Amino acid sequence: MGLDDLYQQIILDHYRNPRHRGHLDDPGMSVDHQNPLCGDQVHLDVTIRDGRIVELAHAGDGCSISQASASMMSEAAHGKSIEDAHRAIDNVLALIHGEAPADEDLLGDAVALEGVAKYPARVRCALLGWMALRDALPAPSHAEKGAGVGQQ
Amino acid sequence: MTHAAGIEVATLRADFPILNREGGRRLVYLDSAATSQKPWPVLGAMENYYRETNANVHRGVYELAAEATERFEAARDRVAAFVGTRREGLVFTKNATEALNLIAWAWGMRNLAPGDVVVTTEMEHHSNIVPWQIVAEMTGARVLFIPVDGDGQLDLQWLSVTLRTEPVRVVSVTHVSNVLGTINPVAEIARSAHSYGALVVVDGAQSVPHMPVSLAELGCDALVFTGHKMLGPTGIGVLAATPELLDGMEPFLGGGEMISDVSTDGSTWADLPWKFEAGTPPIAEAVGLGAAVDYLTMIGMAQVREHERDLTAYMMEALAEVDGLTILGPEDADLRGCPVSFAIPDVHPHDVAQLVDREGVCVRAGHHCAKPLMRTLGVTATTRASTHVYNGRDDVDALVAALQRARNFMAG
Ligand SMILES: Cc1ncc(COP(=O)(O)O)c(C=O)c1O
Repeated sequence: MGLDDLYQQIILDHYRNPRHRGHLDDPGMSVDHQNPLCGDQVHLDVTIRDGRIVELAHAGDGCSISQASASMMSEAAHGKSIEDAHRAIDNVLALIHGEAPADEDLLGDAVALEGVAKYPARVRCALLGWMALRDALPAPSHAEKGAGVGQQ
Repeated sequence: MTHAAGIEVATLRADFPILNREGGRRLVYLDSAATSQKPWPVLGAMENYYRETNANVHRGVYELAAEATERFEAARDRVAAFVGTRREGLVFTKNATEALNLIAWAWGMRNLAPGDVVVTTEMEHHSNIVPWQIVAEMTGARVLFIPVDGDGQLDLQWLSVTLRTEPVRVVSVTHVSNVLGTINPVAEIARSAHSYGALVVVDGAQSVPHMPVSLAELGCDALVFTGHKMLGPTGIGVLAATPELLDGMEPFLGGGEMISDVSTDGSTWADLPWKFEAGTPPIAEAVGLGAAVDYLTMIGMAQVREHERDLTAYMMEALAEVDGLTILGPEDADLRGCPVSFAIPDVHPHDVAQLVDREGVCVRAGHHCAKPLMRTLGVTATTRASTHVYNGRDDVDALVAALQRARNFMAG
């Protein structure tokens, strides 16, 4: 069945067993994102220390794609520098729009989101958690100097 | 497959080209509450209009223009008769949404005062909420919502208290909920609202396509509906209203067609209904809607209703066989129109719709433009299946089988 591209085992696994699910006790930053079309919601707590994402947790309600994607995002972002997290977000955006291949080192399990490119109606679901992360992070230009900053 | 009501689904289906597409799977189309499919007499009437009689209406002196005008106005007569009203009270709009905006703006802006109350319901489509909110914001009026109870019924007790205690100027309610399927007692609501002098507007977008509806029998002041949900084309809707109401209203949109005279000092308005039809109207669409009304009349709206009531009852029984599935809204098919919303535990509506789509089954997932209702129900989305004359029990069987497989797939 053609839907295997979309509903890959790894996505279903993140949906059934979400990683980093829940709330942080004292998050440095919290954001809520909604998909106005279908009502999917992601709440994201993030704590950044010394330019790194040291803790994060996601909660929310929505379809398998939005919730699995938030889980894969959390796993990928955990421990990353702000610059690398921005790079991962840019890579997911390009991947889902069919514009660039996945960078497995950056994305981890989230490479499985490639299949979403064929289902335009689901792109917003898949991006919800990633857009929440982008909102929660300082802009790349504001990140600490050092490792190759400045990706838009 | 013949039903008790005598509708031959197989015969009707042959009239809908899209249901007989070459190649690919049979289309199991269960999203008619969003938009219906169109039979060839509708497609043919529109094509014929463009091929044989296309000209602008109400303008040309030549014969072709007269023919175009005649076809356009004949469509108006047929649509007016279809909902039990006269041509003076039948205004063509772009869709139901524009018809509701027309009333809210043209009537509301001139008749609502600070503190006045507009009553609508928690089960409305956004198109019967947002225009009133905008106009209320500008006039200082308030919008209050009739609550919906656990069975998907309006709290009429709330309404009678509110009518007694608040300066209610308008009651604008949907006839059939596009999410819950509930058929509201609009005639009863109209009677009590009228006894307090309130204007009564009925959103017939989900009723007029599926059951006999008469403006006179409902006793409301205005009834809106939309062509594309009743086997007609997109781009045309209707405001059917009492000529008394329309007479007392100023125009909504200004421009050509709607004037009697224009000078640099000011303008005067055309007679009803043209006073509310500014600019070149959707002529081919009106012709198409006229053909749709003819098609539905040929089947008979009582038969349409009986067929769909029967099919809805069958669907509700069949859906109940899916493990854990719950149906929202009234349990009794007699109290429902076509939309049937449901929830399957642990399978999000988005995933349901995607998974059944691979079997050629089209259902809707989302908030159905009824976010206040979603909040009342405590959900963000539902899956909705809805039928029309071309659907039969085989479509329901295909849906239920696909739902079972979707459920198993997500359960892993
Ligand atoms: C109850 C109800 N009212 C109004 C509308 C709006 O119809 P339209 O988008 O054609 O204006 C719809 C359609 O979704 C509806 O279901």
